Parts: sequence; structure tokens; C-alpha cells
Amino acid sequence: MMNPKSKIPWPTLTLVLIAVGLVILALGGYLTPLSRLALSPVISTQTWVSERFQALRVYFTAPRDVNLVNQRNAELEAEVAHLQTQIIELQQQLGEFRILSALLDFARAYPEYQYVGASVIGRDPSPFVKYIHINRGSDDGLRRGMPVVTQQGLVGRISQITASAALVQLITDPSVTVNVRLEPTRAEAILSGSITGDLGLDMIPQDASIGAGELVLTSGLGGNYPPNILIGQVTGVRSQDYDLFQSASMQPVVDFANLEIVLVITNFQPVDLSPLIPTPSVP
Amino acid sequence: MIPALAAFPVFTLLAILQTSIVSRVPLLQGTADLVLLVIIAWALQERVSTAWHWAVIGGAIIGLASSLSIYVPIISYLITTAATLLLRRRIWQTPLLAMFLTTLIGTLISHFATALSLSIAGTALPWAETLKLITLPSLFLNILLAAPIYAIVQDLADWLHPEEIKI
Repeated sequence: MMNPKSKIPWPTLTLVLIAVGLVILALGGYLTPLSRLALSPVISTQTWVSERFQALRVYFTAPRDVNLVNQRNAELEAEVAHLQTQIIELQQQLGEFRILSALLDFARAYPEYQYVGASVIGRDPSPFVKYIHINRGSDDGLRRGMPVVTQQGLVGRISQITASAALVQLITDPSVTVNVRLEPTRAEAILSGSITGDLGLDMIPQDASIGAGELVLTSGLGGNYPPNILIGQVTGVRSQDYDLFQSASMQPVVDFANLEIVLVITNFQPVDLSPLIPTPSVP
Repeated sequence: MIPALAAFPVFTLLAILQTSIVSRVPLLQGTADLVLLVIIAWALQERVSTAWHWAVIGGAIIGLASSLSIYVPIISYLITTAATLLLRRRIWQTPLLAMFLTTLIGTLISHFATALSLSIAGTALPWAETLKLITLPSLFLNILLAAPIYAIVQDLADWLHPEEIKI
């Protein structure tokens, strides 16, 4: 005979029924407000605990991470510095390329001349004279008196030379005079330098009607410079009725303060006119 | 002998610096003269007895690097050295003051000699403009560099002329 009490586990059955009922209610969505109400403080508490834990974890692990970040930062900074150096080098190469390209254009524009390119390596130590040092000399076929130009125009001519370097007298030097021609009037004039580096034009005939904006080119007279090399532009004219000649100020096309690369015209032979200049004879 | 020979590398280096850097950074039209400053600072050193040698060597090297006649820097540096040695005896207690004073005198002597030689050679130099645009800016730059150059040259002089200790 079996004991009826032991056959039906009422407490278990009750719990199962409650559980099933709750599941059915939950599936039906009837428990959502109740669960929200019950879970809200739990979630808040969990969030609070989690945040504190995260804060503590960051606090304890931060030094190691900062070191890593610093290391990475240093690596990136080094890379940035390296890239900046590369940018500067490339910009310098681009600048040189532009200059050389312009010089090539100039050489193509005057195909009758032969050129030797040279870098400007220094300036005369005396501030009273306007000379530059270039890194080409007689070993490169350069000779005294050869004209020096840039892509913009006339620079000067070689005055002293060694095997591997030369001293170029700029047309801005106070002792320089260059025979020039003004275009389009074709008036002849004499260009002279000054201690300030400014260029002036003298000996312009009074009958020449010149004005600002006229181009100044070498005339070739005197035999020191080849003809038709651009020098600059007239900026102002000074003319007085009682003067024999007009004078003018001009703006050179070449930036003499920032000369970097120049071209030496090697197949121009300067003419020495000194034997033709009459000397006073002794009676 | 060695202090006199040391002038060759020193002035060669200075000539390179002068032509490639200093002459490219003018104030108006004036530039500093490193060689002049070193010659003055060297002549002001107590134990130095090769001031004349340095003046000649410095002048010759700058004369070679310049388009000017070689005699111009040599003569102007020699006159400056004479003035410096004279001042060294007068105001020996304040060498830095002597440095400034001789820089002033040396710059004027050097520029006057250069301007005179160019005028003799036929170059037209407007004196007022020359003074305003070249000499005064150069003088300012030279005075500015006088103190640091004096300190460097003093170290060089101490190195080349170590102090003798009497036992």
C-alpha cells in the first residue's frame, strides 16, 4: 500500500505552476512594467559598480598604457620629423628644378650661346663692392670677362678666376658701366651701378622720348657683353632742358640679393678696346 | 710660432663664414666684419704677442677672397691692430670696453681705407650715403658681435697661451 501524501509533491507542483504562470505572463508582456520596476535599481547599481571598477582598472593599468602611448607618440613624432625633412628636401629640389628649368628656357631662347651652370657660393666680404663667388673656374672652361646671366637677365661678368672658382662682378657694382639700348625707342644709354645696389641710366640723348616701362637691354657696344640680354625696365626719367643728356632710374629683372644658380656664357669673347683708345701723345 | 700659425685655419674658416653667410645678411648695405673683430679681440689679449702676424694673415686671406686690392685689408687691419695695442695699454683693466672702442675705431679705419682705395681707383662714392648705408649699419653689427667674439677669442687665447704657474 502506498502513502498518498508521498505521491503528490504539492509544494513542487505549486512552484512549477507559478513558474509556468510567470513565463506565460512574461511571454504575454504582462510582466514588463513589473520587471522594469524591479530591474531598474539593479541596473543602476550594476552601472555604478561597473563604472567604479572601470575607473579602478584604468587607475591601476594607466601607467603601462601611458608608457605605450608615449612610446607610440615618440615613434609618430619621429616619423613626422622624418617626413617634414623629406618635404623640405623635396621643396628644395623643386626650387632647384624650377630654377634649372627656367635656366634651360633661357638657354633655349638664346641658342647661339654655350653655357656653363654655376652655383653662387658666396659674396664679397667687403660691403663696398658687389661681387659674387661661383663654384666654377678655369678648369670648367671659364675665362675672365665672360658674361654671367640668369633666366631673368644679365648678372655681370667674371672679373677674377681660379681653377675651381670665379669672382663675378655684378652690374650693380659702383664701378660698373654697361652700354645699353632702350626698347622700343632704341635709344642708347649707359647703365651704372651704385653702392646702394640701385641701377641708373645716363647719357640718354635729349631727343629720345623715353618713358617708364621701357625695356633695358645690352647693346653690345664696347664688346664687354653680348647684345640683347635683358637687364630691366625704366621706372622714371629725369630730364632738364639745360642738361646735355637725360638720366633715368631702372628696376633690374634679376634679384641680386637672392642669386643661387647662374649661367656663364662661354662662347662670347669680350673685345678689348683699350688699344684703340687714343692716349695723349707727348710732344 | 704655433699661435701665429693658428691664424691660418682660423682666418680661413672665418673667410668662409664671412663670404657664405655674414655677407649675405646685410643690414641696409652694411655687413659685419668677423675677421676685423677677431683681430681686435686677439690683439686685446694680455698674453698674446702675435697680434701683428694675425693682422697680416687675416688681411691677406680676406684680400684674396675679396675683389679689393690685397693691400687694403692688410693695411687697414694693421692700423687697427696698432690702435688696439695702444688702447690695450691705456685701458687694460676693462678689456670689453676696449673691445667696443676698438671695434668702433677699427670699423671706421677699415671703411675709410676701402672707400679711399675705391675713390682712387675711380669709383664714385657718395660719402654721406656711404656713411649712412654702409658704415653705420656695419658698425652696429660689429658692435653687436663684439662681445661674443671677444669671449670666443679669449678662450682660444687661453688655449693657445696657457697661463704659466711659477713654482
